[in-house]
Amino acid sequence: MIVLSINGQDSQVEVPEDMPLLWVLRDVIGLTGTKFGCGIAQCGACTVHLDGQPVRSCVLPVSGAINKKITTIEGIGATDIGKRMQQAWLGIEVAQCGYCQSGQIMSATALLAQTPQPTDTDIDRAMSGNLCRCGTYVRIRAAIKQAATGQITLPQTIA
Amino acid sequence: MAIRVTPVEDGDGPLNPSRRELIKRGGLVVAFIWLSGPMRAWGMAETARIDQGQPQFAPNAFVRVGNDGSVQLVMPSIEMGQGAYTGQATLLAEELDVGLDQITVEHAPPNRKLYSNPMLGEQATGGSTTIRYCWSTLRNAGAAARYLLVSAAAQHWKVDPSQCTVARGVVTHAPSGRTLRYAELADAAAQVTPPDKAPLKSPSDFQLIGKPLRRVDTPGKVDGSLPFGIDIRVPGMKVATVQACPTFGGRLVSVDDTRARAVPGVLAVVKLDNAVAVIGEHFWAARQGLDALDIHWDRGANGKLTTEQLFKDLAEASEHGTPIVGRDVGHVDGVSGKLVSATYQLPMLAHATMEPINTVVHVRPDACEIWVGSQVPARCVDVATKITGLPAERIVVHNQYMGGGFGRRLFEDSVEQAVAIAKQVDYPVKVIWTREEDIAQDRYRPAYYDRISSTLDGQGKPVAWTHRTTGASVLATFAPSAMGKNGLDPDLVECAADLPYEMPNMRVEWVRHDMPSGLAVGWWRGVGSTHNVFVVESFVDELAHAAGKDPVAFRKSMLGDNPRALAVLELATQKAGWGQGALPPRHGRGVALAAPFGSYLCVVVDVEVSPQGEISLRRAVTAVDCGMVVNPNTVEAQIQGGLVFGWSAALYSGITLKDGAVEQRNFNDYRVMRLNQTPPMEVHIVHSKEQPGGIGETATVMAMPSLLNAVFAATGVRLRTLPIDRSALVSDNNALKAALSAATPLDIPSDVASVARMLV
Repeated sequence: MIVLSINGQDSQVEVPEDMPLLWVLRDVIGLTGTKFGCGIAQCGACTVHLDGQPVRSCVLPVSGAINKKITTIEGIGATDIGKRMQQAWLGIEVAQCGYCQSGQIMSATALLAQTPQPTDTDIDRAMSGNLCRCGTYVRIRAAIKQAATGQITLPQTIA
Repeated sequence: MAIRVTPVEDGDGPLNPSRRELIKRGGLVVAFIWLSGPMRAWGMAETARIDQGQPQFAPNAFVRVGNDGSVQLVMPSIEMGQGAYTGQATLLAEELDVGLDQITVEHAPPNRKLYSNPMLGEQATGGSTTIRYCWSTLRNAGAAARYLLVSAAAQHWKVDPSQCTVARGVVTHAPSGRTLRYAELADAAAQVTPPDKAPLKSPSDFQLIGKPLRRVDTPGKVDGSLPFGIDIRVPGMKVATVQACPTFGGRLVSVDDTRARAVPGVLAVVKLDNAVAVIGEHFWAARQGLDALDIHWDRGANGKLTTEQLFKDLAEASEHGTPIVGRDVGHVDGVSGKLVSATYQLPMLAHATMEPINTVVHVRPDACEIWVGSQVPARCVDVATKITGLPAERIVVHNQYMGGGFGRRLFEDSVEQAVAIAKQVDYPVKVIWTREEDIAQDRYRPAYYDRISSTLDGQGKPVAWTHRTTGASVLATFAPSAMGKNGLDPDLVECAADLPYEMPNMRVEWVRHDMPSGLAVGWWRGVGSTHNVFVVESFVDELAHAAGKDPVAFRKSMLGDNPRALAVLELATQKAGWGQGALPPRHGRGVALAAPFGSYLCVVVDVEVSPQGEISLRRAVTAVDCGMVVNPNTVEAQIQGGLVFGWSAALYSGITLKDGAVEQRNFNDYRVMRLNQTPPMEVHIVHSKEQPGGIGETATVMAMPSLLNAVFAATGVRLRTLPIDRSALVSDNNALKAALSAATPLDIPSDVASVARMLV
């Protein structure tokens, strides 16, 4: 029996120790916000936080997550930075298909936690491991900057 | 042009016990009820309900107003990121006079009668058609619903409906100050006789159309709560992964599954004619089981196929095949002047949607239930019928949000396979393809081989133009009846036969050369236009160079009476600063102009090419005239994303074959652009009162020639084969050598490193 701390809650799972955290989250616990994209840590869709650090859960054996605080996209909105990031994402309308965006937001949130006012180079370094086939990269960059400055400007919408 | 919303026949009979049984047993989130009795106008054939027993006003296939105040809009086109749900909801909500924050959207069920796309002749989303075909249809549907609700209010108050106004779902009778909410009118509106045609708003009265409204689908995409097909979980469901024969047309001979069955969590090994699937308690067990199989394939007739052979055959067909004429104007033969000729070659391409291919299927003796994100939901019913032998009314397909489509999900091959797997077990199965399977078993954008030439007169003006493209037809298998009488696939000459330029003598033709049997081809973002505009706009650049003219001035001189093309050319080049000052060495600016999918675009790209041959995109400026705009924010997003999609392919993507199998495996060797490689992009939208044009694929069409023309401007090297061969762009071998020896292997992707090593 393995005990995992996910988004502040303990979960007990009966799984092999070498099973990637991604599949424990998705297929055993039922947290499907974290996505499968490549299985070899090339696309970043599966990014979660382990004690605040971004990791690719598709290649992380679940044993490596024991006694650590796991945060997923479902829980990131409970943090101040995570909430700001989600708001900026909506404000700029980053998402198209949205499939990679869980991982993008997790990488971006970890960046901001470490570097509150990131430069373009910081953003390049932190985000180039997250692929987006819809090509939302320019808006991802803009949303990170918006979340960093705290100035949220939503597109015009009706009352 | 206003298209009247036509009455739809009632194709389905009354809710019969077996169907009711099916619905109950399926535990469906969305239940369909089939209304019996005489048909109502406006397509009262069918309604969709969230909760059983909740009365709704459902005047047509698209609008549902509940007496609880809910407004549900049913989306005929699917959402794969392109913004279709927001656009369609905007068209309906505009005429219905509700806010986008007051509605919910529903995936349309498979139903060709109600939800076919008239531009495609099928219930299909593709070809950048959604706004074009919905522009009138959905506004009419919204207006019709509004008419009935207002009539119900007027009848209740015994006043003239023309005295009533509506805002945000509230009908007001101004003279008396009385108001009624749509919720209060739903039941009464269902009794009102529908009009032949409800009046539409004048564009000057639009409240929603044309505004950058927030997308209806994105809140659930930033917190992980919106389910994609791959996220569906149903009670008792198991997870499978599959490997098909790596060679196209090959078969399964035998499989030793001893080791696979020993993997903890593996439940079953399922054999198909050309594939093996392993079913497990979860994906990890299934994946480990699949890796542990010892499979013996009959590699089939394509077992030795290579990319080199494919292109050799294409070149041969181009030379000796029988061309089908797509356009013949004037006399191209015997025109005297300076002849310029070139040959272009485009690779097979995979789609690599971020969400790998997946389907959830539950096959029972008397029914089949499917959860999948599909661009062709009705075709999913067809294949399930074929595999299970059940009648169509025993198949239920729940369409889902898609993690990218790009044409891949216009094909239901994976759904057919999943049904065949699920048919062999008595529980629901979610079949997920690995990324490796996704790359190796795609429906590939075909390879093309194009020969093109033009004759320039004494002033350097093109006076004759011949273009012969050679390649496979996707349409021939996707919709055979849409092929031309002379055997022409119109997709093959799209944007080639209809240039934006004046051309007095012109012949455009296609030599059909299908891929070897078993190698399936498919639509890819931008379809024929992506292929042809790359060739045409690269070649126009070549002609400008041969004529010694500026590429923009050269294009302008050929535009004749084409004000929309001229306007985007002038706008983009002006914003980009075309011709204003020289660029540094190894920097270049390229332009492309075209009119794909009923829209007009000009893209200007700035690049820098390092002495080692690496390309850095510095800036892109787009001007677009796509007619009347429903949501400018979506237009901008589609331009930004479409460019990245096209540049990715030009820079990196190409599917190659060795011994009949695809050589690429995953994102490490089927590379796509990343954030750090993406330049700033400007999008300028031309104000237009023309009918809406397409937008989703247009920028992908423009991406490749604008990039390659910029690379030419930077280096003087004209690249006519994609993807880009960086070795042709190296200006300093010593610099490349130094960079390679200084870098750690991790810094350089393996495919780049291997090319580089050959050079030094």
